[in-house]
Amino acid sequence: MADYNRPLPTATPETRHFWEGTQNGELRLQRCTACKESYFPPRPFCPVCGSRAVEVYKASGKATLYSYVINHRPRPDFGTEPHSIAVVTLAEGPRMMTNIVDCPQTPEALALDMPLEVTFEKASDEISLPKFRPAKKA
Amino acid sequence: MKQKTIAVVGAAETTEMGKIPDTSQLMLHADAALNAMKDAGLTAKDIDGIATAGDSPVEVAHYLGITPTWVDGTSVGGCSFMLHVRHAAAAINEGLCNTVLITHAESGRSRVGARRFSRDPASQSGQFEVPFGITSPPTMFTIPALRYMKQYGVTEEDLAHVAVVQREWAAQNPRASFRDPITVDDVLNSKMIAWPFRMLMCCLVTDGGGALILTSAERAKDFPQKPVYILGTGESCETPMISQMEDFTSSKAFRVSGKKAFGEAGIKHADVDHLMIYDAFAHLPVYGLEDLGFCDKGEGAAFIRDGHTRPGGRLPLNTNGGGLSYMHSGMYGMYALQESVRQMRGIAPAQVPNAKISIAHGVGGMFAASGTIVFSNEAP
Ligand SMILES: [Zn+2]
Repeated sequence: MADYNRPLPTATPETRHFWEGTQNGELRLQRCTACKESYFPPRPFCPVCGSRAVEVYKASGKATLYSYVINHRPRPDFGTEPHSIAVVTLAEGPRMMTNIVDCPQTPEALALDMPLEVTFEKASDEISLPKFRPAKKA
Repeated sequence: MKQKTIAVVGAAETTEMGKIPDTSQLMLHADAALNAMKDAGLTAKDIDGIATAGDSPVEVAHYLGITPTWVDGTSVGGCSFMLHVRHAAAAINEGLCNTVLITHAESGRSRVGARRFSRDPASQSGQFEVPFGITSPPTMFTIPALRYMKQYGVTEEDLAHVAVVQREWAAQNPRASFRDPITVDDVLNSKMIAWPFRMLMCCLVTDGGGALILTSAERAKDFPQKPVYILGTGESCETPMISQMEDFTSSKAFRVSGKKAFGEAGIKHADVDHLMIYDAFAHLPVYGLEDLGFCDKGEGAAFIRDGHTRPGGRLPLNTNGGGLSYMHSGMYGMYALQESVRQMRGIAPAQVPNAKISIAHGVGGMFAASGTIVFSNEAP
């Protein structure tokens, strides 16, 4: 973490709960109490029905791999080896961008639809990033 | 849009293209604009509407000495110029102005007086995408493709075919950046950029620009060039974040924009003689063919592989060589429009014989926005 030099997010009032969640080892989503829709990224109203009656809840952290690339362009801040940039579908429905970690960064190891689970990477005192790794077999 | 009332009466690209290290981005706007005004037999005093994207229309208008009564700075990425054409058509029809100049320029390669690409870390993308290593289009625009490939059994070879076919068109174009023939193996052996995308599946990075001049179809007959009429237009947008695109196998913005343009023009797909689909990457023409309705879902890649879009095929596509082989300075939509206009004037280097209807379809950002223009060389 001391040598973390990648770009970091800056929370806004509307997203603070999310970044406070990742810092505390929780993936927090929002849900509309009117139409029950879960959504992401954070905002204080429902993007489906417009209701401001929304709640924050702790998501399961389970996801599946929707799509990705393996970046081969130089990103010294991401190390010298190619790395995945992925979009996952959360069990609750919304999608988010992430990196798939704790597995080889190869097409063979990264199969679409594979089950994943969230893990948190501490990047600074304020920011932990949600990453995903292959789900442990139960 | 009111039907069939607007025409392109001036069109030109920058004098040079490719590497132009001795010219600033602002001067590239002016170079393209001066060429288009000469093409139309006009001077800056005759222009009363101005539009550009990326850079400010105020900057371009003042630099050229234009005092407009209509200004459009819509900037939604590389298809912004399609939106400008659409907005200009509405403005001219409404009497807000008579003669509109639309410019694009980017010192994409030499970066002389060019904008810097950066995303605020508090923006949605800055918070929820940038921290995971996306830097530029090659690591963003490419992300949906793998889902498409899995869903429809499309292979890396299929994507390579897109680049091969477009190089066939570029070979006929003296201004194209890359003209030497390539094979599927050449594409698959080119440098890995972001798997499954290789270098030759990604667009060029060059310097250049282009400009268009539009006026009412009624006035268009008095200009020196053969008028190119606008039959229909469409525009839409979806998401600033590729990760939040509703369906990774289809662009909602493409579908909405395309449907609108076809509806306004009142044409069928079989009426289209020539097609331009903004190809920042090799999967874009595949999505475009399907989302515009030229192919069923999952059949766009086979359509290209089977030769229907190559020289001599039944739907000539990206006949300038496209962003993959012709040029791409950053916002390629202007060059797609320019090629449609050349085809409708009958002066394209790889001219499609007897082409009467051409469509230029653009993408903005990473599937963020879209614009579609239907042109014809026959007076309405
Ligand atoms: Zn709701």
